[in-house]
Amino acid sequence: MSEPVLPADHRREGAFATLRRGLRMMPEFRRGLPLTFALALLATAGRVVVPIAVQQVIDRGLAAPGGPDMGLVTRLVLLCAVVVLITAVAVYRMNVRLFRTTETALARLRVRAFRHVHDLSVLHQQGERRGSLVSRVTSDVDQLSTFMQWGGVLGLVSVGQLVVATVVMSLYSWQLTLLVLVCFVPLAIAVRWFAQRLATAYGVVRERVGDVLGAVAESVVGAPTVRAYGVGGRTAARIDAAIDRQYRAQVDAQKVTAAVFVSGEFVAAIANAAVVVVGVLLGLAGEISVGTLVAFLFLVTLFVAPVQTASEVLNEAQNAVAGFRRVLDVIDTEPDVRDPEVADPERVRDLPSGPLGVRFDDVSFRYTPGARLALDHVALTIEPRQRVAIVGETGSGKTTFAKLVTRLMDPEEGRVLLGSDAGGWVPLEEVAFSSLRGRVVMVPQDGFLFDATVADNVRYGRPGMTDADVTAAFDDLGLEAWVAGLADGVRTPVGQRGESLSSGERQLVAVARAYVADPDLLVLDEATSAVDPATEQRLTRALDRLTDGRTTLTIAHRLSTAERADEVLVVDAGRVVQRGTHAELVDADGPYARLHASWRRSSAGSPAPAA
Amino acid sequence: MARRRDPVVRRGLRHVGRSVVEQPGMFSLAVAASSVYGAMTVASAYVIGEITDRVLLPSFAEGATTAAALTLASVAIIGVALLKIVGILGRRLFAGIMSYRLQADYRRRVTRQYLRLPLSWHQRHPTGQLLSNANSDVEAAWFFVAPLPFAVGALVMIAITVVALVLTDPLIALVGLVVFPLVFVVNVVYSQVMSPRMQRAQQLRAEVSEIAHESFDAALVVKTLGREAAETDRFRARAEELRDGLVAVGRVRGLFDPMMEALPNLGTLAVLLIGAGRVADGSTDAGSLVSIAYLFTLLALPIRAIGWVLADLPRALAGFDRVTPVLEATGETPYGPDLAVAVGAGAALGVEGVDFAFSDAASPTLRGVTFDVPAGTTVAVVGPTGSGKSTLAGLLVRLVDPADGTVLIDGVDLRRLREGEVSGQAAFVAQGTFLFDDTVRGNVTLGAPFSDDEVWAALRVAAADRFVAALPEGLDTRVGERGATLSGGQRQRLALARAVVRRPRLLVLDDATSAVDPSIEAHILDALRGGDDPATVVVVAYRQATIALADEVVWLERGQVLARGSHEQLLAEVPGYAALVRAYSQAEVAV
Repeated sequence: MSEPVLPADHRREGAFATLRRGLRMMPEFRRGLPLTFALALLATAGRVVVPIAVQQVIDRGLAAPGGPDMGLVTRLVLLCAVVVLITAVAVYRMNVRLFRTTETALARLRVRAFRHVHDLSVLHQQGERRGSLVSRVTSDVDQLSTFMQWGGVLGLVSVGQLVVATVVMSLYSWQLTLLVLVCFVPLAIAVRWFAQRLATAYGVVRERVGDVLGAVAESVVGAPTVRAYGVGGRTAARIDAAIDRQYRAQVDAQKVTAAVFVSGEFVAAIANAAVVVVGVLLGLAGEISVGTLVAFLFLVTLFVAPVQTASEVLNEAQNAVAGFRRVLDVIDTEPDVRDPEVADPERVRDLPSGPLGVRFDDVSFRYTPGARLALDHVALTIEPRQRVAIVGETGSGKTTFAKLVTRLMDPEEGRVLLGSDAGGWVPLEEVAFSSLRGRVVMVPQDGFLFDATVADNVRYGRPGMTDADVTAAFDDLGLEAWVAGLADGVRTPVGQRGESLSSGERQLVAVARAYVADPDLLVLDEATSAVDPATEQRLTRALDRLTDGRTTLTIAHRLSTAERADEVLVVDAGRVVQRGTHAELVDADGPYARLHASWRRSSAGSPAPAA
Repeated sequence: MARRRDPVVRRGLRHVGRSVVEQPGMFSLAVAASSVYGAMTVASAYVIGEITDRVLLPSFAEGATTAAALTLASVAIIGVALLKIVGILGRRLFAGIMSYRLQADYRRRVTRQYLRLPLSWHQRHPTGQLLSNANSDVEAAWFFVAPLPFAVGALVMIAITVVALVLTDPLIALVGLVVFPLVFVVNVVYSQVMSPRMQRAQQLRAEVSEIAHESFDAALVVKTLGREAAETDRFRARAEELRDGLVAVGRVRGLFDPMMEALPNLGTLAVLLIGAGRVADGSTDAGSLVSIAYLFTLLALPIRAIGWVLADLPRALAGFDRVTPVLEATGETPYGPDLAVAVGAGAALGVEGVDFAFSDAASPTLRGVTFDVPAGTTVAVVGPTGSGKSTLAGLLVRLVDPADGTVLIDGVDLRRLREGEVSGQAAFVAQGTFLFDDTVRGNVTLGAPFSDDEVWAALRVAAADRFVAALPEGLDTRVGERGATLSGGQRQRLALARAVVRRPRLLVLDDATSAVDPSIEAHILDALRGGDDPATVVVVAYRQATIALADEVVWLERGQVLARGSHEQLLAEVPGYAALVRAYSQAEVAV
């Protein structure tokens, strides 16, 4: 039921279909468009007025019957100057309107896609590479914005000019106009064909750019390895090869671009020649005059220029539309874990107050259709206030268990319920996220920290807290000494991703963050990395205080955690195979006893652990 | 006056000069093609005029035409167009090649520096910055090159036009002398007004991207604490700032574009007005006026190409300014003249009075570190977090040089050895495993001529043979970017195999077995130390099982060697050591 990748069915969607989908989704793009179009049409006038002025001055001013008519010339020139100035103002207004509308709409699109990424389930989020999700709300939207800032304007004016030129041409001669249009039909087909080639060529370029980045990253991230093995020459050769491939792809794409551009030029020449030939024949048949034919030849130029511009804009548009499509695809992805408050407000139920127990009602789950069951018909009840450790090999289903309890995913079969015998049991999919997230908190293995102070990170789930509240929380957890040792107490910045702290210290902050959220059910995914002993002791103490009196499910990687738990669940191949206290299980002949033995072996050669 | 000249423009022009000096061939070809294009643009107008005079007018006058005349007209139109097409193709292709060659060339230079500069330099520069130096900064630095030949062609056309104007009619020439400099001034003002706005927009783009990165990285925390709305607000605030920044950019560009279009148009009209007067008083003829007016119209587009180049210069300079420090950075590792001595399978290692400090650290990382590792023995370096263990490990294989003191291999100072000698004797496995985006074989051999049997033997020692054999293409399976397709333990085992296959005389493991099962680790160390001629091993370790294998333990605390001896000795004599080792074994990751 859950497919961990974004839908691919839009990949073959045409540019216009994407634009229609985009406009449907973001009607903001349409705002004020009629006036913008009107201004574009006005802007076209500026392109036509100067050739007309030249012709008029020569025909009517200089070649006037009574010698040059300077009054007429002055009036004409001034009139045209006014038109040029008005056009300039119109273009300015049009530009600003267009930029403001599109940037506003794009900002909303960006924010909407951002929110939607957070609304997707963890399966969706993890199915995409992190970088590619980020580029949906950054470079893909930036590309659209950059395109709108020049291509959008050029495109609009070109279309306007095309319309004006076609109208004026047909006023002179409909037969020749038809001829010109017929000449440009093959161009329209060619442009479509070229557009595909271009999309392919630029797709290759993008891929090659990625390869270069990867190769360069090896020389930066892998610097110690490169140095230690003396493979600088080999690494340089790999980078050079990637750079060469990018260069060749760029040149190939440039060839296609140039070909697109000149195909318009070629068709224009054919059209001109055809107009001369057919025009003369039409003239001989008495259909048109010589003046009309000469004027028409100039009009063809006015028609050709915007066609060329438009075909170039179209190239850039391909890239922008591809980016647009990627953003829309994210927004169009249906979140597979839905907040009942949004999806079905009728069914929303409140969790009973007080400590929460967990009940698995014949729950099965698999990650992809056809894959083996990650959880296989699990049925169990965990009473409120119990501290339970879940142990098992990698891939046994421990993490799946935790993700179903916190509703990061929904089961394929069966139900997960929270509550107690006294307060009643409520199915998880009927609990509003706003209520669920306050009562059930998960401390992930990598307790991500934001680039802010320690206090900001702790009150992340409860933004109203003061620094003093946060300090008090650390005191409650027995961490006052640790806070006192920080450069600036709870106001100490933790750096990007918390990197100014050690991994153990980051865990301390994550524990405090869970503590202030004051959940009734706590799900801990224990970190696997070893931390230094002093921090380890603090962490153990803080976790004890955090879990005190709360229902706690811990995905345990350390048997010392299992030893301290009220109960141990041993998971294997998606089933709960053993359940009991550490003491009971260690004596029983089963998987837990074997796990324990392997741990003791790994500590061999040392005095017996103090535990 | 000279002092008030805009430095952006001056530096920009120097930058343009640099591109020409580096790619003179492509530049000349592109400018030549651009000139063909210019000439053919003029010629096409001339052809239409000639056809009007020689084909159209006679045909209409006589009421008849010949097939030959019509064919000739068509051939002339299409012929000129074909030449023009050659010009356009050449201009675009050669300009593109010029720009791409400059990019490729500077990418090579930048990455060559990355490989040449010492690790201390790398540590001072964030990865993201170095990646964008090699990628987007280089691209920005040479982006303006694409329209450059067109712009140079335009400059030539302008010069010719001005000369033609002066020769035809000095009074009309005045118009050109006003309009062309004005175009230049507008461009200069534009780039001055635009450059800070562009920088601000670029800055905001980076900030928006940072928030997205951080927020998506934190997705699990955001979700489990129900903070989606707050995160969206945080993102929205910055996205709206960016929107305002981009609208501010658009406002300037929106004004500049119509100005650049209006200026040549107004010039043409001025030419018409003045010219008509000159024709009226007989100073010039109508034909000259038409050709001058026509020239002005023709120049409108090429003049804009000059604008494109100038407008992109601030961005180009900003990009180039970020690349320059990398290209100019010094501090390569100097190598000595000596060859390694290489007697026996294990190397003797000596560390004498070594001090080391990171450039930004308040106190030195290592102080007076002295110990020796006799050939063929195993030494464990143990110490609390931050005691300098990793730094010490790096010094042993000359990833960095000590500030004071010496590291000796077989009695020779590492700094006296030739390039490649240290890596020929010693293998190092770092804490963070690094795999190349290559095959399993490539990652083990790193291009050295090891046979498949040797590779398999090394994989066996590193307990990696089973999973490699199960991979779809065995040794030829690609491991993905940084080994993304493998688990942490598998990556670590490949990195170990990479060290083992070289049969190093000295092996330095910097906590390189943390994701490997302890029994496998012991097996690996046994294999390395086994035989009559064992390798010398220095291992930074946490596990009791590992430490217990060592012949000697070096206890490091705050950058100093505080004790040396056997594991049992230190357990009995050094309280800090005993506490640390016990604490780690309690925290031991079991599953």
